[in-house]
Amino acid sequence: MGVIDPRQAAPIGPGPEQDAILKAVGDEITNRGFVIASADKLFNWARSGSLWPMTFGLACCAVEMMHSAASRYDMDRYGMLFRPSPRQSDVMIVAGTLTNKMAPALRRVYDQMPEPRWVLSMGSCANGGGYYHYSYAVVRGCDRIVPVDVYVPGCPPTAEALIYGLLQLQKKIRRTATIARG
Amino acid sequence: MTDAANTEADNAAGVDAPLQAMQEHLRQLVGGSLIESRVVQGQIVLEVAVAAIQQTLVALRDDQHAAFNQLSDLTAVDYPERPERFEMIYQLLSMKNNMRLRVCAAVGEGQAVPSMTAVYSAANWAEREVWDMFGIFFAGHPDLRRLLTDYGFEGHPLRKDFPLTGHVEVRYDDTQRRVVNEPVSLVQEFRDFDFLSPWEGMQAQIPGDEKAGKDG
Repeated sequence: MGVIDPRQAAPIGPGPEQDAILKAVGDEITNRGFVIASADKLFNWARSGSLWPMTFGLACCAVEMMHSAASRYDMDRYGMLFRPSPRQSDVMIVAGTLTNKMAPALRRVYDQMPEPRWVLSMGSCANGGGYYHYSYAVVRGCDRIVPVDVYVPGCPPTAEALIYGLLQLQKKIRRTATIARG
Repeated sequence: MTDAANTEADNAAGVDAPLQAMQEHLRQLVGGSLIESRVVQGQIVLEVAVAAIQQTLVALRDDQHAAFNQLSDLTAVDYPERPERFEMIYQLLSMKNNMRLRVCAAVGEGQAVPSMTAVYSAANWAEREVWDMFGIFFAGHPDLRRLLTDYGFEGHPLRKDFPLTGHVEVRYDDTQRRVVNEPVSLVQEFRDFDFLSPWEGMQAQIPGDEKAGKDG
């Protein structure tokens, strides 16, 4: 995630400026044994840095989802690793055509995920039915079944597009006020 | 015309000798229950009465020479304009002869078809799918449930009179905390933009074509 300047909300690249900040933090730890940071920023940092997606591949989008996890794009770099169980995951990637018959299963899996949880809708079919919008057997958008945070367009979206969507989700999580103020 | 000349003419028409010999053999094998036999695209097609379908398939499977001992597919077609609107289609494969065969039988609406699960075990799920998609009942099937559509689905989607968008759509209901079925409501009706499809033979003139003729 790198070093982020809170005043400009922009990452600071490698260089003397970043070194100075890292040295200041390092000194703080050696001198006092702890650093002070705002708690919700810390929570958001932890949450967005270890998004564990649920594998919910339904159609051809799942192949692109696999590509994004494989060595070329490597979602592991962002701390994202696929979990086969909803109870261990934070984000559900709905990758593919959601049929009427699958809808109750999708909702059940979503309900089994622990809070906080996010949903990323991947591809035209999951976004709004896509090619199968007028079909008798397809849900016209998975947002009819679960609340969706990020929509990734495409048919299917490329692996880059999915990674971009996940980075947008990270951004969204970082903007969230985790601790509610009275 | 001699036999050799006859075969040559048939070869030119795309009908080869083994195929013709097999067609003649099948004609004798199936016998009286055969309605029509023809060759379409290098493949024999037999039309039989639906009542005779079981004895036909058993004969085709058990005959030493024909040996159509594999059922590749079993499906149906809906022709609403025909008096017997459905046609059952059995696609058979003879590994021994490297030959495929299609057996067709006309079926009326509400008419039961004898199940072929005892003849070919591959027919089990295929018949379930035909029951699901067309509503053709198979007498003697061990487990005739719907195969593909949703639990509690009504109607048979591959019938020509089934509306494209169906009758119900699903939605998660927050108050009931479950996925519910509701009547279909479309924001925008289905629009078919395919009137310039090259597959239809380009019968319509593309806008602007009328200008092209002037210079030749």
